[in-house]
Amino acid sequence: MSATSHSTAHPSPESPPDPLDLSTVPPTPITHLSETESLMAETVRKYATTTILPLARAMDEAETMDPAVVESLFEQGLMGIEIPEDFGGSGMNFTAGIVGIEELARVDPSVSVLVDVHNTLVNTAIMKYGTQESKRKWLPRLATASVGSFCLSEPASGSDAFALKTRAEKVKDGYRINGSKMWITNSMEADLFIVFANLDPSKGYKGISAFVVDKSAKGFSIAKKEKKLGIRASSTCVVNFDDVDIPSDQLLGEEGQGYKYAIGILNEGRIGIAAQMTGLALGAWENAANYVWNDRKQFNEYVGSFQGMQHQLAQAHVEICAARALVYNAARKKEAGLDFVKDAAMAKLYASQVAGRVSGQAVEWMGGMGFVREGLAEKYFRDSKIGAIYEGTSNIQLNTIGKLLQKEYTKS
Amino acid sequence: MPPLRILVPVKRVIDYAVKPRVNASHTAIETSGVKHSLNPFDELSIEAAVRMREARTKKPPPPNSASTPEVADILALSAGPPKCADVLRTAMAMGADRSILIEVGEKEEQLEPLAVAKVLANVVEKEGCNLVILGKQSIDDDAGQTGGMLAGLLGWGFAGQAAKISFTEDGGGIEVAKEVDGGVETVRGRVPMVVTTDLRLNEPRYASLPNIMKAKKKEMRKVGVGGVFGWRARGGEVEDGEGGGAEEEGGGGKVEDVDGLVGRLKELGAL
Repeated sequence: MSATSHSTAHPSPESPPDPLDLSTVPPTPITHLSETESLMAETVRKYATTTILPLARAMDEAETMDPAVVESLFEQGLMGIEIPEDFGGSGMNFTAGIVGIEELARVDPSVSVLVDVHNTLVNTAIMKYGTQESKRKWLPRLATASVGSFCLSEPASGSDAFALKTRAEKVKDGYRINGSKMWITNSMEADLFIVFANLDPSKGYKGISAFVVDKSAKGFSIAKKEKKLGIRASSTCVVNFDDVDIPSDQLLGEEGQGYKYAIGILNEGRIGIAAQMTGLALGAWENAANYVWNDRKQFNEYVGSFQGMQHQLAQAHVEICAARALVYNAARKKEAGLDFVKDAAMAKLYASQVAGRVSGQAVEWMGGMGFVREGLAEKYFRDSKIGAIYEGTSNIQLNTIGKLLQKEYTKS
Repeated sequence: MPPLRILVPVKRVIDYAVKPRVNASHTAIETSGVKHSLNPFDELSIEAAVRMREARTKKPPPPNSASTPEVADILALSAGPPKCADVLRTAMAMGADRSILIEVGEKEEQLEPLAVAKVLANVVEKEGCNLVILGKQSIDDDAGQTGGMLAGLLGWGFAGQAAKISFTEDGGGIEVAKEVDGGVETVRGRVPMVVTTDLRLNEPRYASLPNIMKAKKKEMRKVGVGGVFGWRARGGEVEDGEGGGAEEEGGGGKVEDVDGLVGRLKELGAL
C-alpha cells in the first residue's frame, strides 16, 4: 500500500525508509514496553502526579500554562525526547515519546499537548528535514530552553491545509514572510515557530516551503489568544507575520518541499494526539473508578458495586484497551519503518471517540461530583472534545482510512 | 576526610500503593503479578548520596554544603531475583555510578536481615566503601534490622533514622539528626560509618529522561549469592512456623493505663 496520508486531493509524500525485517522477531504483546520505556512511564507518572496535578485545576481556570511547569518539563528531558544526546536531548525512541505523552494526558491533557506538539511536530521537523547546520543550531535550544510551535493552519485553510495564503518571497540574503496563521498551539509559550508559506503560488501547493522563525523576529506578533472549551491551559493564538525577514539558513530543508514535510510530520503527529486521547480516557476512567469503588455509597453499597455501573465501567475499559492497542501498534509500525498511515489515522479517530465517550460517562458515574469544577471529571470531558478536531478532524481521518481501504480492495 | 565511597543497598518491594494479599499456601505475601518498585526509604538513601556529590559539583552549590567531602563512588546494590535489575536501573538513573546485583533465585532461601548484613559487609570490604547509607527499613518485612547489624559486623559507627545529614565544619565528622518523641536527637560520628534514612530526610528526585538513558550505559555487575562473597548466606536461621506464616496473628491484649499494665504484668508473673 502506498502512503497517501493526507486529507485532501493532494500528492503522496516521499517513499518511506526501508522497513525493518521483522520476520524472525518473536512477537510480543502490543502493550509490552522495553525497560527504558517502562522506566520512562513510571517516572513521568510520578512527575505528573506530584508536579502537574496540584496545578491542573488552577491552570485551567486561569487559562494559562504555569511557567514553572514548562521549566520542569525541560528539566525532566521531556522536551527533547527523541533529540539525540549529542544535541542535548534524551535520545529516546518514538514509542517512549508516545508513552510520555499518554502519561502526561492521564493527569493533564493541556500539558500533554504542549509536549506532544513540541516533540512530534517541531523537533521531528528539524530532525527529519533540517540540515546538519540547522540541527546544531536549533535542536539544543529545543531540547533545553525554547518551546516550539507549528504554524500550518490559517483562517481560510484548515482541513484544506495546502490552500494556505501566507506568502514567502526571496529577498537579499534570505526570505520575507507575510500572512496570518490561526489555531496555533503553544504560541504564547514558544520561542521558535515552524512556518509554512508559499514561495511560488503559481506552482500551487508545490510552492509551499517551511521556515524557522524566531519569536524575536521583527514583524512577528501574536494577535489574539483564543478562549476555549477545553485544554484551556494550552495556548491557541492567531499569529501574524508582517514583513518578517529571516536569513536564508532558516529555510527548513528545500524550497517547495514544505507540503511533503507537513504530510510526513502530521502522519506521525497523529499517533501523539491518539496517545493524548488514550491517556485522557484512562485518567477520566480511573478518576471515576476510584470514586465509585472507594468513596461513594448509596443504599449502603459502593455505587460501583451495582451491576448497571459495573457493566458500564467494564465496557469503557474494554474500549480504552482497544484504543491503546491501536495507538501502540501504530507507534511500533512507525518505529519499524513500516507504512503506518492508516494505522495512525485509525488510532487517532478511535482514541478521540473513546476519550469523548468515556470522559462523558465518567461525569455521569460520579453524579454531582462529576459535574462540579472541584474535581477533574468535567475537565477531562471538556478536554476530550478537541481530539476530534485538531491534527485532522475525525471526518478527515475517515477520508484517509476510506481511501486507503478502497485502494486496497479495488481489483485492478 | 577521605573521599567518600558510598554504598547504597536497595530493595525491590511490593509497591506502596498495592494492597498486599496472603498467598494461596498461606506462607507469605503474594508477590507474583504484583507491581513492585524501589523501597521508598532506599530512594531517600540514593537521593542523600547524590546530594552529597552535588554539594561539590552543582552550580551554584547548595546551601550549607561547603564542608561536604568529595564523593568518589556511589555504588547501588540489590540482592534478589533478576527483576531487581529494575530498581538498580532506577538507582543509577537517579545518580548512582554503578551497581551490583546479587542474584538470589526465586526458589532459593530468601535472605533474612542478618544474611543481608553479612553480604553487605563483604561488599563493603571488597569495594572499599567507607559510608553505607540505607533505608531504615523496607516496607515489605519492616524488620528495620539490617543497618544496625551491618554496623555491628563491621565495627563501624551507626546513626539510625536520619532526618538530616550534615558534615562538621572541620570536615572530620558526620552529624546525623534523628526525630524522636521529645524533639530532635543529634549524633556525631566519623567515617567509616553506617547511616539509615528516615522519611523527612529529603524529597527524592525523579530520574530525568537523559539520565534514564545514561543509566543504560552504567555498569551492572551480576554475581551469584553463593560464590563471590565467601558465605553461602543463610536465611534459614528462623524456623518456619507450623501453619503460622503470614496469616493473622492473635495479637496482644490492651490495658487502659499504667495501673492496668502493672496489674496485668503481676498477673502474668512478670513482676
